[in-house]
Amino acid sequence: MTDERQVADEGAAEGPSPAEIPDVLAELVARFPEAVYAPSAGQHTLTVSRDDYHPLAEAARDAGFEVCADVTCVDWFRRRPVRFELVVNLLSHRHRLRLRLLVPVPADDPVVPSLTGLWPGANFPEREVFDMFGIVFEGHPDLTRILMPDDWEGHPLRKDFAVGSVPVQFKASHKAT
Amino acid sequence: MAALSFPSNFLTTTIDKAARWARTQSMWPATFGLACCAIEMMATGAAHNDLARFGMEVFRASPRQADLMIVAGRVSQKMAPVLRQVYDQMPDPKWVISMGACASSGGMFNNYALVQGVDEVVPVDMYVPGCPPGPQSLMHGILTLQRMIVEGKVAS
Amino acid sequence: MSDETTTPTVDGGPEVVDIWLSGTEVPPTDEGAQEMAESETEPRLREQLGSVVADDYVDDEVAPEDERMIINMGPQHPSTHGVLRLQLELEGEIIRRSKPIIGYLHTGMEKTAEGLTFAQGPTNVTRMDYLAPLHNELAYSLAVEQLLGIEVPPRAQAIRVLMTELNRVSSHLVALATNGMDIGALSMMLYGFRERELILEFFEKTTGLRMNHNYIRPGGVAVDLPPGWRRDVARIVETIPARIQDYEDLLAENPIWLSRTKGVGVITAEECLAYGITGPILRSTGVDWDLRKAFPYSGIDQYEFDVPTGTNGDVYDRFLIRMEEIRQSIRIVDQVAETMPKGDYRVDDRKVTPPPRARIDESMEALIHHFKIFTEGFRVPPGETYVAVESPRGELGCYLVSDGGGKPWRMHIRAPSFYNLQALPVMMADTLVADTIATIASLDPVMGDVDR
Repeated sequence: MTDERQVADEGAAEGPSPAEIPDVLAELVARFPEAVYAPSAGQHTLTVSRDDYHPLAEAARDAGFEVCADVTCVDWFRRRPVRFELVVNLLSHRHRLRLRLLVPVPADDPVVPSLTGLWPGANFPEREVFDMFGIVFEGHPDLTRILMPDDWEGHPLRKDFAVGSVPVQFKASHKAT
Repeated sequence: MAALSFPSNFLTTTIDKAARWARTQSMWPATFGLACCAIEMMATGAAHNDLARFGMEVFRASPRQADLMIVAGRVSQKMAPVLRQVYDQMPDPKWVISMGACASSGGMFNNYALVQGVDEVVPVDMYVPGCPPGPQSLMHGILTLQRMIVEGKVAS
Repeated sequence: MSDETTTPTVDGGPEVVDIWLSGTEVPPTDEGAQEMAESETEPRLREQLGSVVADDYVDDEVAPEDERMIINMGPQHPSTHGVLRLQLELEGEIIRRSKPIIGYLHTGMEKTAEGLTFAQGPTNVTRMDYLAPLHNELAYSLAVEQLLGIEVPPRAQAIRVLMTELNRVSSHLVALATNGMDIGALSMMLYGFRERELILEFFEKTTGLRMNHNYIRPGGVAVDLPPGWRRDVARIVETIPARIQDYEDLLAENPIWLSRTKGVGVITAEECLAYGITGPILRSTGVDWDLRKAFPYSGIDQYEFDVPTGTNGDVYDRFLIRMEEIRQSIRIVDQVAETMPKGDYRVDDRKVTPPPRARIDESMEALIHHFKIFTEGFRVPPGETYVAVESPRGELGCYLVSDGGGKPWRMHIRAPSFYNLQALPVMMADTLVADTIATIASLDPVMGDVDR
């Protein structure tokens, strides 16, 4: 299955053509007709709506995606109509396949169902997305800040959160005693 | 027998200097390795570059038994109160070496997450630059600190 | 302490331990301080003060809930491999629940990456997993190259394999050293770091730095291997297997080592898959999954090597696996040194890789390219990609999103230790406190990776 190998030999616009989609993915797409399949730099991605997200993830897990490799988020601030995009990387040992789910999440209602019921390992990454972006995961057993202190205000990886750099040349460093 | 007359602080000065020398010859660091610099600190204590020959026989885990705190690595906002608490738990005399660029000034991470320089939290006696400083740099920093303590240039 | 949430389970798998809630009825403790009981008439406190003696002979199968004690371990602790804080709920010496609390080394690297150009990216990324810096750089560089649509020349790929496999050896040596020291074999610490010095000397000769090299960059590697590298690599390949054999003889059949590591920190394959745990931990449960074989990268499939697996999923298996992985990595390094192809050490595309310094004096284009690459950075076409490499800790992936500019729009590193830490509550449930140290050491977490 050479299409699934991650070799840096394909251009960004190329990817497996629809005829080369592996069967397991074709079945998933058939069950969820609203999910949009797109090859991205030689990898399989499915853009899913928020309502289809949890059912599709469950179907993927039953179809052989035993491992949830990563849950993260992208903030398309002012670039796209829907602000956040949740990105879930699934991995199947059985089929030697990776699948990426992209879920648009609006800024005014950043609530998404949690994947911890399907993959308990999604616990920490979902907490990190909550901490860094402010997306609330429904059904998560312990949705608290994980990287920042508990009383931190703001969500650092959002584009409207400043980097917080200190001007170096004239940094007035008061010496502690 | 005529009384030998010494300057009034002769004996005290010698004892002071001897005491300072004795302190430096057996400074035990507290383990405060945070990030990459911690690995280089461990390498400095390991066999190839041996810190024990300079008196740092053991790295004490308990701050109550340590004299020197080598802040090795980047100090995040969450860690800063812990750093201060460990420093406060160390009994006098104590010294602080800020090892590496991140501890000295925030390093390459000039952002919201790090304390820009550990001297915002604890008073630092020696800054060792590097990212990470090799064992030789760290040893140079430690030996310079020891010399400065003996000469009385560093308050303890 | 009762928790009202349902225990998440995997279909058909064993019931996995729930992650301990925060914000339960127990008041939060101060950083580093242990909260004592509130009133002097508290039964636990009276026992501790000695005014009441606990009856040792009472055999109580189900201990009442208020006999449990919450202990905080870390973040400043000699054996937590960095600033990991563990909250343990103990019943005597047995851990009933545990929760890792992280974030003490959070450096905002993903935010920093959005302000650095793609060429500056490796400097930032290399400091995440600081024991395997070349792997971080490799994942990032592969992701950038995939978005750029370029392929690096064979010599660059071979150099990358050489450096990353040596890095795997040096990382596993630290893991073995700290594993030994934590369990009590203090001399293992010195031996591990002695071997590591050999490799770090080679790294310093080639890349300029002992750690955090910034050597593997998008487009290839920064500089070519120095003259005489074959001799240095041959020396490493000769010395290390013999010394590893020494350590195996020292520890592998040692009764103390066996009793402290066999059957300790056990995890099953289903739990590993459910928690997203990869690397030596997954392989110790018997699952034969290594990204170098499953999704080969950087030409590593040309070299012959085996992937060791264990059977029990305990600390002892992981110890043996790491030793064997060192041997296999040396095997790969030997093959790379013999078959190193000649050629360019970086892609010839002047828009991506800077021209050689000598050319800058001669050619105006070279000067302009150099200037543009180092100030504005090269532009990467819009897109997103995820590339994963097999780091000594597991699957290290880089998810990179570019909007067409010179800096990443979003860079996320899928850190193996972040996921592997979720195995801790599973492994430590209903085990002794003393086994915690061995378990954490065998997980080999690197907090820079966890917190980024």
